[in-house]
Amino acid sequence: MSAVLSGKASHSAVTESASVRRLLIAGALLFLLLFLLLPLMSVFFEALRNGIGTYVEALTEPDALAAIKLTLFAAGIAVPLNLVFGVAAAWAVAKFEFRGKTLLTTLIDLPFSVSPVVSGLIYVLMFGASGWAAGLIADTNIQIIFALPGIVLATIFVTFPFVARELIPLMQEQGTDDEQAALSLGANGWQTFWHVTLPNVRWGLLYGVLLCNARAMGEFGAVSVVSGHIRGETNTMPLHVEILYNEYNFAAAFAMASVLASLALLTLGLKSLLETRHGEALSQSHKH
Amino acid sequence: MDITLSTIDKQFGQFKALDNIDLHIESGELIALLGPSGSGKTTLLRIIAGLEFADGGAVYFGGEDVAATPLRKRQIGFVFQHYALFKHMTVRDNVSFGLRVRKGETRPDKASIRRRADELLDLVQLSGLGDRYPHQLSGGQRQRVALARALAIEPKVLLLDEPFGALDAKVRKELRQWLRELHQKTGVTTLFVTHDQEEALELADRVVIMSDGKIAQVGSVDDVYERPASPLVFDFLGSTNRISAQVQDGDLIVGGQQVARYNGDQTGNATLYVRPGDLRVAGAGDPGLEVTVLNVQRTGPIVRATVEIPPTGQRLAVEVPHLHHDVKEFVPEQTLRLRLMQFSVFAAEAEFIKDGVSTPHLIGRERLRQVQ
Repeated sequence: MSAVLSGKASHSAVTESASVRRLLIAGALLFLLLFLLLPLMSVFFEALRNGIGTYVEALTEPDALAAIKLTLFAAGIAVPLNLVFGVAAAWAVAKFEFRGKTLLTTLIDLPFSVSPVVSGLIYVLMFGASGWAAGLIADTNIQIIFALPGIVLATIFVTFPFVARELIPLMQEQGTDDEQAALSLGANGWQTFWHVTLPNVRWGLLYGVLLCNARAMGEFGAVSVVSGHIRGETNTMPLHVEILYNEYNFAAAFAMASVLASLALLTLGLKSLLETRHGEALSQSHKH
Repeated sequence: MDITLSTIDKQFGQFKALDNIDLHIESGELIALLGPSGSGKTTLLRIIAGLEFADGGAVYFGGEDVAATPLRKRQIGFVFQHYALFKHMTVRDNVSFGLRVRKGETRPDKASIRRRADELLDLVQLSGLGDRYPHQLSGGQRQRVALARALAIEPKVLLLDEPFGALDAKVRKELRQWLRELHQKTGVTTLFVTHDQEEALELADRVVIMSDGKIAQVGSVDDVYERPASPLVFDFLGSTNRISAQVQDGDLIVGGQQVARYNGDQTGNATLYVRPGDLRVAGAGDPGLEVTVLNVQRTGPIVRATVEIPPTGQRLAVEVPHLHHDVKEFVPEQTLRLRLMQFSVFAAEAEFIKDGVSTPHLIGRERLRQVQ
């Protein structure tokens, strides 16, 4: 209004002047450039330094393929399990009152506060040679530490909270009116859950799964402790990167790292897309 | 389906939400549960629905105790204040939800379900909006979808929790009228909760007035408005003038003068309750209350005057329809005599202690115009 009349940029009472805004934005961008973009770009740069041929070779090498397969496998088990758990926990916390509810929510946050190395160590202490749970599996053929099951367990542990933490506030905010309506109309528990509760949280759920997956594929610390670094058998992609780097095989290391970085970028892209969608859906899910 | 509530008790922690509630509702009635916030009316509605459970007492549907019947089997239709429509389903799918979740033989075929949903949409005057989503509708339309959805399962009882609370005044008035017509068409026993006394009086066959977890009065609209049983009920249902008075042998005395006769014979202190709209200028031979006019305010359909009783300085509000012949008498600083056309007299606190109950109770009343 006044801007049109005066012909100058309007000076609202509650924003900074244009020059301050530009300075702040420039500062933020510079920070991002130095600490995020430059390192990321250098990964791709180093990966392709010796040409496409070396790049492809590094990725199709048997140990590398095994690492990729193992990462996909671990994530493929951890993510669905944590999805089911996350939905169940969020549903219990948001729709019901019960004793120990606060304890449950605190426990859900535990993997976030514990160092990843400790997360891995837990399983070594439990199932290792002198571990207190070693007796349980002693007579079976199952090996947990330095084998696949251990890696899967460690991955599940560290990615535990993602889905639950995303869904709990969302479900709490949505309340129980919709579910009560569905029940009053004759739906049973499962029908209510499937037709009413889940669709109401679908974008939050997708978002949580995405974050869970990104972490599952990229986890280093916990898996490192538990895996034993047996080439071709118990190496995930992040572990493989470390091995290659320690052998001074930089091109190959960066090649593998670039795959992980691409995954990160893909996750970021999908996350932004969902945030736009999610934001709309969230505002629609507010009580009308 | 008639409903009987027997000695219902409900407590939330230390707070007693419902205290020994007894109520019987005949099949087909339209009942209002009216009261201020915290009176227990919503809790009572939800206990009838099966959304909450009473700590003591029983609920009977058609003579059968429904304590063991879960919410989903009670065949009630519940309409929430904020509609609780399923946001990701179309209007038609919302309305047909109750039919689609039925199992086995009770579930109609797809075509019948669609037909019934469309019939209901016609009934609530939303034909043609079946393919819209809830967020594309106005508040009033959403509430009608919620009603259609509740009616789809052919409920024995329809329960509405402050159904028009989230809507603006004009839409509220329209929907009130529309709900009354809908009730006459469907004949389903209906209970609705409201804190708006105008809404309750306009819609209901009978009104249940609640306060502090107890029922203050139950009766037809006439019963509660013309013959309120307690000061609380009187106060809640409309504007009130409260005047200290004395009673003696059927005379009502204010400030030393006899202002009216009433149908009781006690002697002692009392409180007179009279509505601003029930005061008129007294004729020459009529008993009346002497007052001085302080100010006059024209507010469209009503003329409001504030008057003072000279010896005590007590103030009264008077309301007169704007075209009434009394309006010209109300001039500031003018002295008038007011006739009490209808009033209730309640015992002053601590007097007339009856059966050990010392809360103000009704001594008598006077009504000069008989209701046909």
